[in-house]
Formats: sequence, structure tokens, C-alpha cells
Amino acid sequence: MKKFMLDLTIKENKQLSDQYSLLILTSSVSLPQILPGQFAEVRVDGSPTTFLRRPISIHYIDYELNELWLLIQIVGDGTKRLAEMKAGENLNVLIPLGNSFTTPEDKSSKILLVGGGCGVAPLLYLGAHFKNIGFDVNFLLGARSKADLLQLCEYERFGNVYTTTEDGTHGERGFVTQHSLLNGSNFDYIYTCGPTPMMKAVARYALKTKANCEVSLENTMACGIGACLCCVTDTTEGHVCVCTEGPVFNITKLKWQI
Amino acid sequence: MANLNINIGKLQLKNPVMAASGTFGYGTEYSDFMDISRIGGIFVKGTTIRERQGNAYPRMAETPSGMLNAVGLQNKGVDYFISNIYPTVKDVDTNIIVNVSGSTIEDYVETAEKLNSLSKIPAIELNISCPNVKEGGMAFGTSCLSAAQVVRAVRRVYKNELIVKLSPNVTDISEIALAVEAEGADSVSLINTLLGMAINAEKRKPILSTITGGLSGPAVKPIALRMVWQVAKAVKIPVIGLGGIMTATDAIEFMLAGASAIQIGTANFIDPSVSIKVIDGINDYLDRHGFSSVADIIGALECSL
Repeated sequence: MKKFMLDLTIKENKQLSDQYSLLILTSSVSLPQILPGQFAEVRVDGSPTTFLRRPISIHYIDYELNELWLLIQIVGDGTKRLAEMKAGENLNVLIPLGNSFTTPEDKSSKILLVGGGCGVAPLLYLGAHFKNIGFDVNFLLGARSKADLLQLCEYERFGNVYTTTEDGTHGERGFVTQHSLLNGSNFDYIYTCGPTPMMKAVARYALKTKANCEVSLENTMACGIGACLCCVTDTTEGHVCVCTEGPVFNITKLKWQI
Repeated sequence: MANLNINIGKLQLKNPVMAASGTFGYGTEYSDFMDISRIGGIFVKGTTIRERQGNAYPRMAETPSGMLNAVGLQNKGVDYFISNIYPTVKDVDTNIIVNVSGSTIEDYVETAEKLNSLSKIPAIELNISCPNVKEGGMAFGTSCLSAAQVVRAVRRVYKNELIVKLSPNVTDISEIALAVEAEGADSVSLINTLLGMAINAEKRKPILSTITGGLSGPAVKPIALRMVWQVAKAVKIPVIGLGGIMTATDAIEFMLAGASAIQIGTANFIDPSVSIKVIDGINDYLDRHGFSSVADIIGALECSL
């Protein structure tokens, strides 16, 4: 897929909480085709301590409105600056980067999308894609507390939403892998993104239940286009770049101890 | 439009702007963002005699105005390069230069010999300055004796343009430059990365899997500029300058300090089309200052000392 460097314009910055912002971006030209699971490398202007671009998952694309959504969690100075951007400001992005989640061939497959924290971001666009082509979509979203469960009404547009919180303020109390949905249900395909311990727990469940499982990794990156070789993960084929061979990997390819 | 042509020994460059090894892949990674044939040369990823997996993740730490890397020369080896990469890059209308590294002198010699037979590889860059490998690499480039030994051995078998990439992790870089010049290096490129370190205070752990790594980016530019100036005064062979170049002005500063050409490295990660902007910016500068050729600014620094 051809990659582009584009100056997008912030149409709206929805501050979801003191830790999260939803940037709604648009462009004077039509946005390129982007696949679920792909990401953007975002240049952070105006933050003196931020040197490199930041890899950010594509949260959602609305081709009719020519909108691209990025969900920003404030982690350091760079993401803080992004979360404070105002409507009308420009954001320079490289898109679309990376591979994508795969679509099951059998439309009757039972699929589950499991997200934790800000890792829920790419699952919205993935869920929308699955719903559009006729799949029943189940989201299982986990967070520390109710305030960290983001965009729930958006997920509800595309499927059934199940939640867990560690403090029990929303949905079932505990971790996603402890949710009652996983008892007895058998999913054919599980897609997950979130903190590594969570993804490993999901991968363990998938192996146990013989589900096909894809995870989206978020290793630190410099270039985002396979040139610097900084973001590698260890796979059955050796060290490969998460930015080009991933970010989505089938768990059978990763050398995870699970 | 000024004349941007530059010759580095036998190497003819359409302009002095090249891409630094390890930051530009094999060039094709960047072709969606720029016409890669517009630049003077592409130094492809460090290549070794055998495949190397490189160091464990994490290999990178962002630092103020720069980054540390500890990739550790991950590459599929010279035979893979010759059979799989070379056919895809040999017809790109620019100089494709292979950066060569090794753990032993024999590794360097064997790799250089294999590359010598490729008609579309006009030069190699001998990397005696990689700080991220346990054996070889920088160890060769930090003493005059070992630097001379490896250059002498490679010079015997390699007939095309031999560029030697110098390490800044030395007390006197000019001495090393003179030592490799004496052994037949056609030109030198400098600087490779500076050995550095990053710590995660919250976790009380180093950020890089290797603890230390190589610092690059604008943070190192003043050091690189000083070293290029020192080396250019000391040697007769051409000097290729690199280290933190982000803009055309940075590139011009290196040329004024004595570099005949420059390489852009870390800046490619921030702006994948930066090289084109640097070429255009150099041209504007030459026009603005009434220079007819870019060669006129090499070493044109006006200083009283």
C-alpha cells in the first residue's frame, strides 16, 4: 500500500478525561485507504522534549465525512502536547503504516475483540469493518476504572459490548480474562490489543480454547517504515520490525512464553 | 541553479546529499515519500559476512534532541544482499554504497571481496565504528593500529572507492583519520554515533537491552561539526560529514567546515523526504550567495585561527 505524508487538520479535539483525548482529523484531500490495525506516525510539533514521531493506532475512519480518529492517552510530553491540540491546528502524519488484522473467511465464525486501556483504540475500526461485512461482533473491553473505559457508545454501534473494571465501577470486576463471557463460549477468532500482560493472558485463553488469535503490539519506534530496525519483536522467523511485519501478529508466530 | 556535482575520489555525486547507513534501509523503504534517485548516494544498512539477528529489544531510547540506538547490525548477511537486495536496487539512478562491518579482519575482507565484484556498487563504507556489537565494530576504530590493520587488509582486496567511517569515541579523531589515509582509504566519513546511555529512574533499570547505545540526532551536531573541521584540516582525502543534520543550513555548515559531501541520518525518521528539502535548500543558499558550484563552499569557513 502506498504510504503518504500528509498535513491533516484537527477538526475537533474531544477531551474524554484528564488522561485521554479523541482527535478528529480531516484533510482537504480524500484520506487514503486504511486497513483495520494500521497506524499513523505522528509528528509532534511544539514539544521541545519530543524528538521522534509517535506511533498511534488508527481508531476509526469515516470516509463519508473524510475523518480520521486518533485516541490519545497522555503518557509523556509528546502525547500531552497531542492531547492539547486545538481545532484548526495541523498535524503531520505518515499513513497508512503496518499490516492489518486478518478477516476470517467463514462469515459464521464467532469473533471476539478484546481491548485493555488505550489498547481498545484499533478495535473500533476493526469492529466497524467486521460489522460492515456481516459478522456478529463482540467487544470485551477492560480498564482500571469506569473513567478509563473509552468511547463505549461508539463500540455499541458495531456490536455487543462487555466490560470489566479492576475496581468494579463498570461491568464485571476483575480482568478481561476473568469475564463470564469467556466461560463456555467458544470463539473462533480473537483479536486483542492492550497492555502486554493482558494480551498474554488473552493469548493463553486462545491457545487453551483453540481459537485463532491476533495481537497488536506497540513497541517503541523511530521511523515506522522498516528502516531503523529499532522496534523489533522476536518471532519464529527471528527479529522482525513491528512497524512493517506488524503491528498485528498471530500468536503462533511470536516467541512469547505463554 | 548552481552546479551541485561533487566528486569524492572516483565517486561522482549528482549532489552532496546522501543517506546515512542504518537510517535509510535499502532506499526503497522511502520511495513512497521521495524520488530516491534525486540524492547523491544511499549508504545501505550495515552488512556483515553472515546473518546477524542484532540485539534484543528495547534497542532505542529517545533523548533530548536525539536518540540512542543499539540495533547491533541486524542484517541478513552479504550473500543475501547480493542475491536478494542488489537486484532490486542496482538500477536506482544514484550511488548505492554498502556499509561493511565485521567481528574480525577476515570478516571485513571477505565481505569487501564479495562486494568488489558488483558492477553497480561503486564504493563501500568500512564501518570500524559501530558501538553496538560485542566484538569488532568500534573496537577497530578506536586505535590507530587496529584501524590501520583493517583498512590495509581490505585495501588489498577492494579496488573501488573505499570510504572509512570513523568513530567519535576517541581522544583524537584526526590521528585515526591519518592512520587510515596512510593505508589507502580514499575518503573518510564521520561521525558514527557517540556512546551514550539512558536510564528509566522509575524502574531503576537501563532503557536499552545493551545498557549503552549510540547517540545520534541534532544533539551530536556540534561535536560532529568540530570533528569534521579537525579531520578536514588534517587529511588530504575527502571528508564526508554527518551527525545530526536536519536542514540545509546544517549541511552547509558541515561543508564550510571542510566536508566534500554529507549524509543525512536520524532526520530521515522525522521527515522521510528531508533529503530533497536539503538539496533544494543548498541550491537556494548557493544562488543567494552567488556561488556557481557547491564545490566552492567546501572548507570555505572564514576564520582567523
